[in-house]
Amino acid sequence: MDIGPIWRAMLRNKAGFVLIALQVAVTLTIVVNAFGIIQERAGRIARDSGVDEANTFAFASVLFTDYEREQRKVLIDEDLDLIRNVPGVVNAVASNSFPLRQGGWSMGVALEPGNQTPESVGTAIYFVDEHGAETFDVTVIDGKNFTPEQVTWSLEDDNTWPAYGIITEALGKEMWPDDAGSYVGKTMYINDNDPVNIVGVIDTLQAPWESWTGVERSMLVPQRRPSEFVRYIVRAEPGMRDKLMPEIEAMLAASNKDRIIRDMTTMDDVRKLAYVGDTALIKILGFIVVLLTLITALGIVGLASFNVSRRTRQIGIRRALGATRPSIVRYFLIENSIVSAIGLVVGSALAIGLNIVMVEAFSLEPLAWYVIPAGVIALWAVGQIAVAEPARRASNISPAIATRSS
Amino acid sequence: MLRYYLKLGILSIRANWALSALMVAAIAIGIGACMTIVTVRHVMADNPIDHKNEQLFHVQLDNWNPNDPYEEPNEPPEQVTYLDATALLEAGRAHRQVISFKSDRVVQPEGDGVLPFQEVVRATSADFFAMFDVPFRYGAGWDAAADRAGEKVTVLSTPMHEQLFGGEDSTGRMLMMNNEPFRVVGVLDDWHPVPTFYDLNNNPYQGPEAIYTPFSLAVTGEWGSSGNNSCWKPPEDGGYEGYLASECIWIQMWVELPTRADKEAYAQFLDDYVMEQKQLGRFPRDLNNRLSTPEEWMVNREVVDDTVSVLLALSVLFLVVCLLNTIGLLLARVIRRRSDISLRRALGASKAALFRQYIVEAGLIGVAGGLAGIGMTWLGLRGIENVFADYDFIQYLVTMDWQMVGLAVLLAIVSALGAALYPIWRACSVSPASTLRIQ
Repeated sequence: MDIGPIWRAMLRNKAGFVLIALQVAVTLTIVVNAFGIIQERAGRIARDSGVDEANTFAFASVLFTDYEREQRKVLIDEDLDLIRNVPGVVNAVASNSFPLRQGGWSMGVALEPGNQTPESVGTAIYFVDEHGAETFDVTVIDGKNFTPEQVTWSLEDDNTWPAYGIITEALGKEMWPDDAGSYVGKTMYINDNDPVNIVGVIDTLQAPWESWTGVERSMLVPQRRPSEFVRYIVRAEPGMRDKLMPEIEAMLAASNKDRIIRDMTTMDDVRKLAYVGDTALIKILGFIVVLLTLITALGIVGLASFNVSRRTRQIGIRRALGATRPSIVRYFLIENSIVSAIGLVVGSALAIGLNIVMVEAFSLEPLAWYVIPAGVIALWAVGQIAVAEPARRASNISPAIATRSS
Repeated sequence: MLRYYLKLGILSIRANWALSALMVAAIAIGIGACMTIVTVRHVMADNPIDHKNEQLFHVQLDNWNPNDPYEEPNEPPEQVTYLDATALLEAGRAHRQVISFKSDRVVQPEGDGVLPFQEVVRATSADFFAMFDVPFRYGAGWDAAADRAGEKVTVLSTPMHEQLFGGEDSTGRMLMMNNEPFRVVGVLDDWHPVPTFYDLNNNPYQGPEAIYTPFSLAVTGEWGSSGNNSCWKPPEDGGYEGYLASECIWIQMWVELPTRADKEAYAQFLDDYVMEQKQLGRFPRDLNNRLSTPEEWMVNREVVDDTVSVLLALSVLFLVVCLLNTIGLLLARVIRRRSDISLRRALGASKAALFRQYIVEAGLIGVAGGLAGIGMTWLGLRGIENVFADYDFIQYLVTMDWQMVGLAVLLAIVSALGAALYPIWRACSVSPASTLRIQ
């Protein structure tokens, strides 16, 4: 069929088609940008924290009675002894934080001693003993785990940092970007002037802040800290977590009445809470995309139905002159394709424009190359589906209409 | 005349029931999407201390690393050190001054079988309540003398008071925290500023603390801050004493300066103070003090999440699509009514009269769309509440006030009238006899 007559017929009644084309354009703009954001957020959620999330839980012990430093050390040792000996526990550690928790300790590390400069690199700090690696489910890919002799209690009135550290591969890459060899044995400086000897490199252990750009950088520090507030992280054997949580909570609550056990939480819940915003945004944007596509489709149905009823006589005449039903259907499909094509070209330009603005203003990632073409094909298909039913009705108009005068 | 047009409008809406319902629905959905986000943004950006915005100032001093600003490009730290907070409080050069921080404490309720629990406590100097217009139900706050003396007194929020002591006046009763007794001197009336403008660190939507104690008492008791702590160089000595003497920032400071002149004088005083400290070898960076109103401070700390702005942009575009849809529907109606219009024109109706009639009709649709839009906004807010159910503070962000209800209706009417302009213009330009001829 010739596009020419269809195009000229559309020009005689531009307004309705212009409106649909604009709707398609704005819809494409929103849909592809929303999809871009959904993709980015889903990617963030999919990142590995490094921890054996399905089998790990954590809680805090808060002393509210004055204990001497030595008493606090004894309590932590007792607690860990109790926990590690419960059947079903793989390992446990007392630390200051864990991945996805949103709160933690960060320090700047540098290649040279001295005050922090813009060149120093930020890293998350996890204070652990030699059980840390197994509890956090990290693999030492180079060097060794801490030996018990390397792990020390922090000293009162002494801010010096331990001389050993295990770093993530990402932290090593950030510190020595040009160095292809092993990071083990290298020295970096923390707390301005304290040297850290790298004894091991681990694969993945995220920092506690999922929204931080340096989230892959963390360091295990072999120090134990006898404070009133201690976080315990426990890794259970598969399937044992839910049984162990109340058991261990009751056990520790009973073992010492001068403290409270609180913030008992699974890593699954910690992850959920960390990504509430991202998950919600994905749902909201998904809803917007579906609703908007539906509204635009309804607009197309409306215009097509209106055109069918307005052109009833003309369609009857065409039928009487020998046009087949498929050719009437094809007329509406082609008409819709033309409107969609114009809208989608304009929409692609708008989508790129909006994306550039959003990348600038909100530091989002630019759209992947295939998102716009995919959106174009999808919306074109939606338009064709929307117009199908009115077109079918048009093709059912009887040729006899032509003989009736209105 | 307006009455007649209203009647005509209602008749016409009734005659084209389905088409009108579609238009109302399109406007309502667009308004609902838009207003849901606008409402959340409105609550997030709300300034709970608007009436004192010109008199309250957040204090920042730049004691940071000479080689590296606290935040690019040259932002001073968002909190102050203990050294500076106490020195400025002691100097007392503002009308009122507040230094405060939050700390985790364990509350031990009376009675057997009631378990102790942890609570965030705000340790603050005495002016907090007067400065931020905090209402009291019973008793009052403490005075500067009590603060200096480190008296073990405390002020509770109404919910905390009810949880611990039931409904009766609890002033004079004792509250145990970390095995130390505190005398209750005051109970706050309902007070729930969102965001908590006086401390925007961590989560400012969680609402205010439920327990307040004197600042100096907290320091004597060596309480740690449970908010942000940042240091650009390690404390020279260990322990709590070393921490107090360090360049670490962890205290929020506000001053009340009733007039412009007061503000200028105080800014000068801060500059002088920092210059003096430079003599002692502190403050290695250039002079960079700052006084911000609550409004300025919230903008600076980006209280409104970027995500909300992205959603706002998308929801406005969403409304545009809904309006394009409405324009299309109105246009269809005009074309259908052509013969009607040309007949009326032939009988002597002026273009202006037709314009007035159709604009009234569009206004009616706008009002209906706005009312339905309020319902849609309510649904939208419930949806937001649902997807953010894991945030326990979400309920405070999804409330609609009359301002928002009014804005919804206004936006709907403006949108409907805007959408109607082109179709009405088309209707008015129908020539008197054109359609009659065909018939």
